[in-house]
Amino acid sequence: MKMDLITSLYVFMLAGFIGFEVIRRVSPLLHTPLMSLTNALDAIAVVGAILLVGAHKSRLSTVLGTIAIVAATSNVVGGFMITDRMLKMFKSSRPQKP
Amino acid sequence: MIGNDQILEIIYLIATALFILSLKWMSSPTTARHGVWAGELGMLLAVGGTLLDRGIVDYKWIAIALVLGTIIGVPLGRVHMTAVPQRTALSHAFGALCVTLVGTSEFYLRTSNIPPFVMAVLGLEVILGSLTFTGSLMATGKLQEILPQRPITYKGQNVVNLGVLAIAVGLAAFLVIHPDRTHLFPFIVGIPLLFGVLMIIPIGGADMPTVISLLNSYAGLSAAAMGFVLNSKLLIVAGALDGASGFILSVNMSKAMNRSFSNVLFGAFGQEQAAIAGATEARNVRSATAEEAAAILAAANKVVIVPGYGMAVAQAQHKVRELYDALTKRGVDVKFGIHPVAGRMPGHMNVLLAEADIPYDKLLDMDEINGDFPQTDVALIIGANDVTNPAARNDHSSPIYGMPILDVDKARTVMVIKRSMSPGFAGIDNPLYYLDKTLMLFGDAKSFVNAIVRELHGGGES
Repeated sequence: MKMDLITSLYVFMLAGFIGFEVIRRVSPLLHTPLMSLTNALDAIAVVGAILLVGAHKSRLSTVLGTIAIVAATSNVVGGFMITDRMLKMFKSSRPQKP
Repeated sequence: MIGNDQILEIIYLIATALFILSLKWMSSPTTARHGVWAGELGMLLAVGGTLLDRGIVDYKWIAIALVLGTIIGVPLGRVHMTAVPQRTALSHAFGALCVTLVGTSEFYLRTSNIPPFVMAVLGLEVILGSLTFTGSLMATGKLQEILPQRPITYKGQNVVNLGVLAIAVGLAAFLVIHPDRTHLFPFIVGIPLLFGVLMIIPIGGADMPTVISLLNSYAGLSAAAMGFVLNSKLLIVAGALDGASGFILSVNMSKAMNRSFSNVLFGAFGQEQAAIAGATEARNVRSATAEEAAAILAAANKVVIVPGYGMAVAQAQHKVRELYDALTKRGVDVKFGIHPVAGRMPGHMNVLLAEADIPYDKLLDMDEINGDFPQTDVALIIGANDVTNPAARNDHSSPIYGMPILDVDKARTVMVIKRSMSPGFAGIDNPLYYLDKTLMLFGDAKSFVNAIVRELHGGGES
């Protein structure tokens, strides 16, 4: 348990650094799609909700978990859809380099 | 032999890598769509792998919820581009709702033998999740104009807000020491729900880019906290990436307004400026008709268009594109100068203009375009105000002094499409309008641009 925690903290710290480095390089042009994309990725929380509902441990956890899956799934579906729709619109006036 | 659990862990590892690649590919418009595909693949693998987990004994509710979520998600993925800010705020609310509900369930399932550290992150998860949920709903309401956009303030507001939050944090801390006092748990969900509402009440429309970014960051951090509770590295990474992204965007937005976080959250911009407006009516401005404006634009070599929230409100982006086409056809070099806080969320203007088929290499960030203004013949401002206000550069008494602006006043001619002389959201007068080189074009953005386009088509070749 203790080791798990320390490992988790390392993971969090490293992911934070990667996040800063990667996202700093995102062009301001794409900040709106960036936000909808990170939102869709964040909805990976659905995995936790699925395990919770699937284990069927109590009525409360099943009810709350089911609502949680609905909320997260709508973010996954809607988030990826709108990100792709936005990115499709960004076209260059110069011919694309091969 | 590798067991089922290890296979699932490896699937999660691959999904984590795909998520990081997804964001890396967002760095350029040419690779950004690969980023979406990588994210989708990672999501598919992670969810698919999870569904095969042996711990799942009942699929009925999972299936119903996945279907329902898809039914809600599809229309949210198809909203009009002008509605993207409120859609984004709403999706922050959904993400936070998911995290809060899972956290609540975890608490009641593990109650009374929760180790202190787990209880601490669980408390963080639930507090951040609940305040993000109601805060984002409030932001959605303001952006959708269901709720009033102007800031609502009262005396002692900050003390009340911080007090409410402190009570919630205090109760959570108490639960860390005494996890068996389960009757306190509803309060660490309920009080932040109230705080989320109180937090957004004093925030005005023009501060929305910062607030949306901040809520994005909170949503990410609450998901990362959930990852700690469930011991899911994948969730920790996804949450940390989202948290970092929201944080960077909030810092960018704050810098672009020359304000600190706390100033955005506790400052309620609109209230102090009432005195400054009003005393300026007597000064002269030069106005022009669409015909005159068209003639000046047609004679120019280099034009920079500066769009603002007013363009989005008037839905003028498609007319602006017609103007862009008409001028480009005449050999005029047209670019767009975009301030980071133009619009209601980061990058808002870029999306609207891209939707209108304006090539993205013509959309330039403030730092890229500012050097161009001295060689620019005409700066055409459509629905932007404060981000062009030269008072930010030289008037120490101005509330926006120090805010980086687009240097439109360095162009040879400035044209401003505006409904009337009424000052912008902060009630700050804009000296730009009284310059000799400035022409005011009074009218609705969409119909005025349309009139210019008609003149350009109708008039003979220059």
